[in-house]
Amino acid sequence: MIEIKNLTKDYGGHIAVDDISFVVNDCEILGFLGPNGAGKSTAMNIITGYLSATSGSVSVNGYDVLEQPIEVKKEIGYLPELPPLYLDMTVKEYLNFVFNLKKVKLPKGPHIEEICKLVGIKDVYHRLIKNLSKGYRQRVGIAQALLGNPKVIILDEPTVGLDPKQIIEIRNLVRMLGKNHTVILSSHILSEIQAVCDRVIIINKGKIVADDTPENLSNNLSNDLSLSVVFEGEKEKIVKELKQVNGIKSIDFVKESNGECEFNIEPRAGYDIRKQLFETASLNNFVILKMSNNSLSLEDIFLKLTDESVSADVIKRSLKAKKEKEEK
Amino acid sequence: MSAIIKRELREYFTLPLGYVAMAVLICFAGEYYSQTFSSGVSNIAYVFSYLITVVLFVVPLLTMRMLSEEKHQKTDQLLFTSPTNIASIVLGKFFAAIIFFLIFDFFMLVLFLNYYIFGASPDFMVFLGNSIGFMLIVGALISVGEFISALTESQVVAALGGFAASFVFWVINNASQNTDNEILLKISNWLSFSQRYSNFAEGIFDVANFVFFLSITATFLFLTVRVIDRKRWA
Repeated sequence: MIEIKNLTKDYGGHIAVDDISFVVNDCEILGFLGPNGAGKSTAMNIITGYLSATSGSVSVNGYDVLEQPIEVKKEIGYLPELPPLYLDMTVKEYLNFVFNLKKVKLPKGPHIEEICKLVGIKDVYHRLIKNLSKGYRQRVGIAQALLGNPKVIILDEPTVGLDPKQIIEIRNLVRMLGKNHTVILSSHILSEIQAVCDRVIIINKGKIVADDTPENLSNNLSNDLSLSVVFEGEKEKIVKELKQVNGIKSIDFVKESNGECEFNIEPRAGYDIRKQLFETASLNNFVILKMSNNSLSLEDIFLKLTDESVSADVIKRSLKAKKEKEEK
Repeated sequence: MSAIIKRELREYFTLPLGYVAMAVLICFAGEYYSQTFSSGVSNIAYVFSYLITVVLFVVPLLTMRMLSEEKHQKTDQLLFTSPTNIASIVLGKFFAAIIFFLIFDFFMLVLFLNYYIFGASPDFMVFLGNSIGFMLIVGALISVGEFISALTESQVVAALGGFAASFVFWVINNASQNTDNEILLKISNWLSFSQRYSNFAEGIFDVANFVFFLSITATFLFLTVRVIDRKRWA
């Protein structure tokens, strides 16, 4: 378990992390999400003991990072933003070095081999790290973090520079690790967090702006959002009939093509108008071709939370634009 | 610490730098050796004292990347988040450089033993005394170089800074010879590496000199740890 209390980091006037507190439970995969410069890496560097906090405390499995740094560091495997690799070493030499550096007590040969298999670097085991591609380097970095089987694994943007297939592999790896490790993962790629994490903390300008499961975040924020509905029929007639429906706040006409009309219909707060829409349509003989919730994806939530100037309107517009793109 | 020592030594001897440095030292040692020996002097002390000027250049070359390169490549994040304390990392790097010079000292021993082959019979204690003095001053220079390497991310700055600092410690007594100020003269003579080294070269074992070099080494190693630790709080 990781407990972070009132953590603040002040780089001489620039506050990178501003009074954040949260708890990460055992075997939880926590996603750390935020735009560049939000303070993700700084927070991770403090948890791992690389930096010291200006104030506040961090404890990992009961050890305080300031008072028992060695104990804390034993519990943590850390992949920084830039994998800390010695380019003029082979993968074998590097992993052996890290093994010794971390004073791992496990049987050396089998343990290193197991980890190489896990992250898929067996075929580059004898090559110099400087000759490896970025994806392989990243994986060697992950291997380094896993050495010694630490209980807590902290990965700072682990999938940067990987190809889609490798990204899926790493995601599966993280999911598997999450079964018996506590994992903190940072990213600015939202789909990744959505795919892997049990819980998301969104951080912006050093402050936590959201802390919830990905599903809850998406549900809570998309309440009372508009429906996108496509009818077959005449525009004027449809609008006329829709105005009769109780609970509709506004009707936005989007476009008409081949006799299909698309509307954005916003219900009044607390109303579920889907059933009524169906009934109105069937009574008046215009067919509903499509009805969908304009629910916010994590991407929209992220934008909304990390940029106050992004109003609901902008989000709507971005949704529209996205849809148009999809149609094209 | 042993992991760090091993890695550093590996780096000295897989990259050309270590070999070049060793070759330079051996070349100069051989040259001074043959010069003195051909003029009929079989005293290894001369070779050692000539060599010190070369060492002033070589040590910063070995220490320049010690900590600056770790910072530059961000590998310090691995070192300082591993369950080892900063001091053992700093010491590991220090001892690796010491081992490098011990290997060189072995070559000096070979040169010394050559005297016997060529029929001279020098006193082994002279070699031992000079070796100890040599290693003490090298240790002090390494710690100064490592300290400067901790201050910067640039190897070039670390090398030049290390060289400048060693040079100041070496010649500080010459620089102050033009002053009448008693105190200044005393301090500069006290600090001067060359002044103290000459005692070793002459075979004088002064505990004060012994303690002086060890204290300088310890002080700079301590400062190195402090510099690294302070960066975490900045």
